[in-house]
Amino acid sequence: MPRGKIELPHRLEEIAVLDPNGIVDEALEPQLSPQELRKLYHGLVRSRRFDERLIRLQRQGRIGTYGPSFGQEAASLGPASQITPDDWFIPSFRETAGMLWRGWEMHRIMLWWAGHEFGATVPQGLNDTPIAVPVGTQVQQAAGVAFASRYRGDGTVVLTFIGDGATAEGDFHEAMNFAGVFRLPLICIIQNNQWAISLPRCKTSAAPTLAQRAIAYGIDGIQADGNDILAMIVATREAAQKARAGEGPTLIEAVTYRMGVHTTADDPKKYRSEEEVEPWKQRDPILRFSKYLEKKGVLDEKGREEVEQQVVEEIRVAVEKAEQYKPDPLDMFRYHFAEMPPHLVEQMREAERAMMPPENEAPEARTRQGVAV
Amino acid sequence: MPQMNMAKALNLAMREALREDPNVLVLGQDVGKDEGVFRITEGLYAEFGENRVVDTPVAESAIVGTAIGMCFKGLRPICEMQFSGFGYHGFHQIENHMSRFRNRTRGRLTCPMVVRFPYGGGIRAIEHHSESREAIWVHLPGLKVVVPSGPRNARALLRASILDPDPVIFYEPKACYRSHQEEVPEQPETFPIGKAQLVREGRDVTLISYGASLRPTLEAADELASDHGIDCEVIDLLTLSPLDTETITSSIERTGRAVVVHEAPRTCGMGAEIVARIVERSLLHLEAPIKRVTGYDTIIPFFATEKYYLPDADRVISGVKEVVAF
Repeated sequence: MPRGKIELPHRLEEIAVLDPNGIVDEALEPQLSPQELRKLYHGLVRSRRFDERLIRLQRQGRIGTYGPSFGQEAASLGPASQITPDDWFIPSFRETAGMLWRGWEMHRIMLWWAGHEFGATVPQGLNDTPIAVPVGTQVQQAAGVAFASRYRGDGTVVLTFIGDGATAEGDFHEAMNFAGVFRLPLICIIQNNQWAISLPRCKTSAAPTLAQRAIAYGIDGIQADGNDILAMIVATREAAQKARAGEGPTLIEAVTYRMGVHTTADDPKKYRSEEEVEPWKQRDPILRFSKYLEKKGVLDEKGREEVEQQVVEEIRVAVEKAEQYKPDPLDMFRYHFAEMPPHLVEQMREAERAMMPPENEAPEARTRQGVAV
Repeated sequence: MPQMNMAKALNLAMREALREDPNVLVLGQDVGKDEGVFRITEGLYAEFGENRVVDTPVAESAIVGTAIGMCFKGLRPICEMQFSGFGYHGFHQIENHMSRFRNRTRGRLTCPMVVRFPYGGGIRAIEHHSESREAIWVHLPGLKVVVPSGPRNARALLRASILDPDPVIFYEPKACYRSHQEEVPEQPETFPIGKAQLVREGRDVTLISYGASLRPTLEAADELASDHGIDCEVIDLLTLSPLDTETITSSIERTGRAVVVHEAPRTCGMGAEIVARIVERSLLHLEAPIKRVTGYDTIIPFFATEKYYLPDADRVISGVKEVVAF
């Protein structure tokens, strides 16, 4: 038998629309109205300022551990802006920009990081799942939702996110394999931020790109400049069109950079140098988009100032609202099953008694009713 | 009422559900054209087609993980793990997600799904095909764990599990798939999840068992009555979580003695929980220490010697005699 080469379909593309100076490739530029462009800018700044505020709140002990998205806002918001409310949005834990865009209110997101299940309750009207902590598991659920979309033939698509580190998990492989086999209407964004806590991208996979894994699953893949919101928009828009037309899933690798800490419990100085971070500051997705908008005459200094003021006020109100939230600890028993089984009824009574003030002590409200927020 | 074995009865429950509700799907490895390695899905692919009886890639985690996602859009998937021993790949989707979505989203996203696990020894299967690990699932909050013991309750409980609004781990004693037949009603029926059945009334001692261990337990009860004059009450748990404490303790309060029988290892097995509940509720009714007749705390031997591991009627009889003689 002869020995030869197997020709694989070369379907792996890369795309960038804006250069770091905000100069646009006009042939690739998506046609967006000034209003749409301003809204995207607003979304990016909203996420950035919210992150900054939450980092400070964590340092002050007012919330728990926080995982900021510094530098990755465009890779999250660009794709989120290209699906409809009927479509599904299935995030990991670093998609604050996309979640805010979808309609998760700031106080709700903040309450998740402050240790309240309320932060995992999905706002009415959204087809979203909450923050997913166990690394990479959410892409399988996304494939399942996409399976149901295909089964129902309702033309909806599913957008999900996973980190570069999580692509090393078996769950990623299984989900992409299912997506390919069943030709699911799924768009999977790999947020390649170069770091899985302390593990650099080169130690996550020996493959030169993460997008090329698409080829092995028989699906389409593209590598996009994740700090370029226009590239993310173009790549996702095309993927969504294909998915809606029944042409299957797309894997999009967003090449970006984790400008900040993995979470507030992490100190990157232990494993990476400032020199490595520095060039990425020049590639900041917000700075770049802002330059583009300025050149386009869509946004000036005054416009930027207005956005800042609006966002600062929104954050102030949200923090105040979040800090007024009063949980009912007995809720821990209430949502395990549609109907509470006898042993939980019994344990709930036990917990209630344990929370009662001791006798002879002034009765204070140690068991509190939840306050709707 | 037609006679059938447990394999047919389980098949019937799925067939009925697939016919009644287009949201019900069957997912698993070789469940389609091949009709399942135990033939539990026989005829389903032919009747309902590849979109509803779905042959998946060999990936237990994704079978469970995608089923969770399907639930979010109103589907009601029934997942088949080919053998319980391979189901551990699905563990993190079950523990981290399937069991928690209702709780963390305060009821907004739920997982009305069933994961079927053929479990247990006694069928001369090769390594990794004979374990009995139900206690692992019972330990996890947010799950219901159901173990049928015969054709009729298998059909009624699988139907109840499919209709249940919450996720159910359905542990099928594969030694019982074709061991015996029973009359199964023609009309669909359900048994309530969370209710044990008193399958034999007696005065002297309560035997508590479930799944494949029920038959040796009943055999022992017959022999104890005929040869030793000991009148055993027998409880078939049917659901391990939530556990029907009431049925257990009210029986103990009549008999004052108890023996728990299961093939799973003893330490932290169901027996341990049952003993704890009896002690908490009914200590002063006890006339003797409670005995556990169980698998040993060892890996179940390869099949050539598995019979020395699995509790049989003789071991149950010695256990009961010990408790009665105390």
